[in-house]
Amino acid sequence: MSNGTTKSNGFLGWVDARFPLTKMWKEHVSEYYAPKNFNFWYFFGSIALLILVLQILTGIWLTMNYKPASNMAFSSVEYIMRDVHWGWLIRYMHAIGASMFFAVVYLHMFRALLYGSHRKPRELIWIFGMLIYLTLMAEAFMGYLLPWGQMSYWGAQVITSLFGAIPGIGNDLMTWIRGDYNISDVTLNRFFALHVIALPLALVFLVVAHLLALHEVGSNNPDGVEIKKHKDSNGIPLDGVPFHPYYTVKDLFGVGCFMVVFAIIIFYIPAMGGLFLEAPNFQPADPLQTPAHIAPVWYFTPFYAILRAIPNKLGGVMSLGAAIVILFFLPWIDRGKVRSIRYRGLGYKVALAIFVLAFIGLGFLGMQRPSDVFFGLSAKSWAQIGTLCYFGFFIFVWVYTFFRLEKTKPVPERVSDK
Amino acid sequence: MRTILIAFALILTVGQAMASSEGPELMEAHPDVDNMASLQNGAKLFMNYCSGCHSLKYLRYKRLSDDLNIPEKVVEKQLIFSKDHKIGDNMTNAMPADLAQKWFGKAPPDLTLTARVRGADWIYTYLNTFYRDDSRIFGVNNLVLPNASMPHVLWRLQGVPEPVMKEVHSGGGKPKVEVADVKVPEKGGVMSEEQYHEATRDITNFLVYASEPVKSERRHLGIYVLLFLVALTFILYLLKKEFWKDVH
Repeated sequence: MSNGTTKSNGFLGWVDARFPLTKMWKEHVSEYYAPKNFNFWYFFGSIALLILVLQILTGIWLTMNYKPASNMAFSSVEYIMRDVHWGWLIRYMHAIGASMFFAVVYLHMFRALLYGSHRKPRELIWIFGMLIYLTLMAEAFMGYLLPWGQMSYWGAQVITSLFGAIPGIGNDLMTWIRGDYNISDVTLNRFFALHVIALPLALVFLVVAHLLALHEVGSNNPDGVEIKKHKDSNGIPLDGVPFHPYYTVKDLFGVGCFMVVFAIIIFYIPAMGGLFLEAPNFQPADPLQTPAHIAPVWYFTPFYAILRAIPNKLGGVMSLGAAIVILFFLPWIDRGKVRSIRYRGLGYKVALAIFVLAFIGLGFLGMQRPSDVFFGLSAKSWAQIGTLCYFGFFIFVWVYTFFRLEKTKPVPERVSDK
Repeated sequence: MRTILIAFALILTVGQAMASSEGPELMEAHPDVDNMASLQNGAKLFMNYCSGCHSLKYLRYKRLSDDLNIPEKVVEKQLIFSKDHKIGDNMTNAMPADLAQKWFGKAPPDLTLTARVRGADWIYTYLNTFYRDDSRIFGVNNLVLPNASMPHVLWRLQGVPEPVMKEVHSGGGKPKVEVADVKVPEKGGVMSEEQYHEATRDITNFLVYASEPVKSERRHLGIYVLLFLVALTFILYLLKKEFWKDVH
């Protein structure tokens, strides 16, 4: 790639006269200036992008042998696991990739809460990110039906039945989504269509929007200061480095570390003790036999615990919805004067820690039976406490920052180099 | 940052440990899909004692022959009992499902994936906890799968164990007498208790293999993949360091 200011000749010149190739490369890669102080938490964006690409590629190869029909789906997955050359690897990569996607996205979102990456002027980046998260949830939910195991079937049955709790239109809406009175072959077919075409397409568009919005405003950093405030005579931020080659090589190293973890799981613990591949899902779907214990995959269990914590079904569904919707408003709920946790008051640090513990705790509780007892309290009671902590975080942060109760530390002018 | 990561790891491990199971305590099978002799013996026992009723419909004879180092000729001669089955076929079963349903009350399930659904320890314990129960149609019952409608097909090897009763106090009601354990009779079958444990362990091992034939290959391949990835990541680290020299 030419980096000079003169117009290039040859093939590249020919293309550049017709398409902004070099211009785009410069704008988004070689002359996109990112803060030089990115730390560990900044690896997960590029890793999430890598997983998206891997999911699309392995997904294409899976569809070559998968059969979206209720009487063939389960055995076609076993066919992929046994008879298709390298089918087992592709299938494990895809199934485990889904779990890794959520793990990485959760860490990526946590990073935003740590350093205030969602705060003004980056609200739209956060909104696009939340839309990606929402689409990803739909994508994962529909993909989970495809192996047509017991958990696929009954999980889909339970989650789609939530729409039935909506007053008035609920039952009709539920039937409309399923295309049948129960989860059936019709549902499997439409979930397949949405899983392989509609939602991945939406995901790719949203990721592009997320990145365009990011590159318009510029990246935040662990200090939460604007690097654009201090530029040299060429208009280049003093604390910025061009994304390529600095962050391309750094992110490649992050990708390498991720691949090591990913490979350990794929080759040695693919089921992750029933967390990534649930044991009952190795049993074909049986509409006549309800499993003893229905639980969604781990990445949905925090919300599942919130749903079950509310005794009233409609109330539970509304709390579940609110738990996700409230995240969209976070940039406006948090009105703190500083962005980064490094300079925020003790209240925010404690609140964030409780929020994270509540989220993980709810995730654990979502996998248990509501009647199970832990330290003298039922899982349901614990989940109610967790739900309070979850929503309490948003209320606390609003009160804490709106009424200026936060005692912040002085923020440096430029990024601290450490 | 590090404390956060350590906290995450701790919470994850606690969660794993607390994910408890229920029912009677399971015996430990310690399956080893690299133990070829055990797998071969397990396949032999399975085909002779189990395959009359239970299919392995996602596994092919050819795959079995390749993975377990059993020559195709031997598989065809000694392990394929149906005249209609060829070496490339799946290991299905001649028993019609609707009739089986009538005969047993529940058709004998396909066992290809049982090891992934129930776990190896469950299968091993199941095979070791049949006990005499004259109230059942086949004269036996089972500890881990109460009222299973399956005869103790390995009785000739083990003999028929006697139930060991125990009083259970639950809540405020009267104490109930329940079967807590089984006692294997001396010289009840042609195998000693030790030999029977080995035999059932081999069957369990074989079912673990059948549930994921690629398991052994996957684990051996993993070493090379990881060696490559670690080496690559190290080079990427050096590359990163080289580029970033002029920033720091």
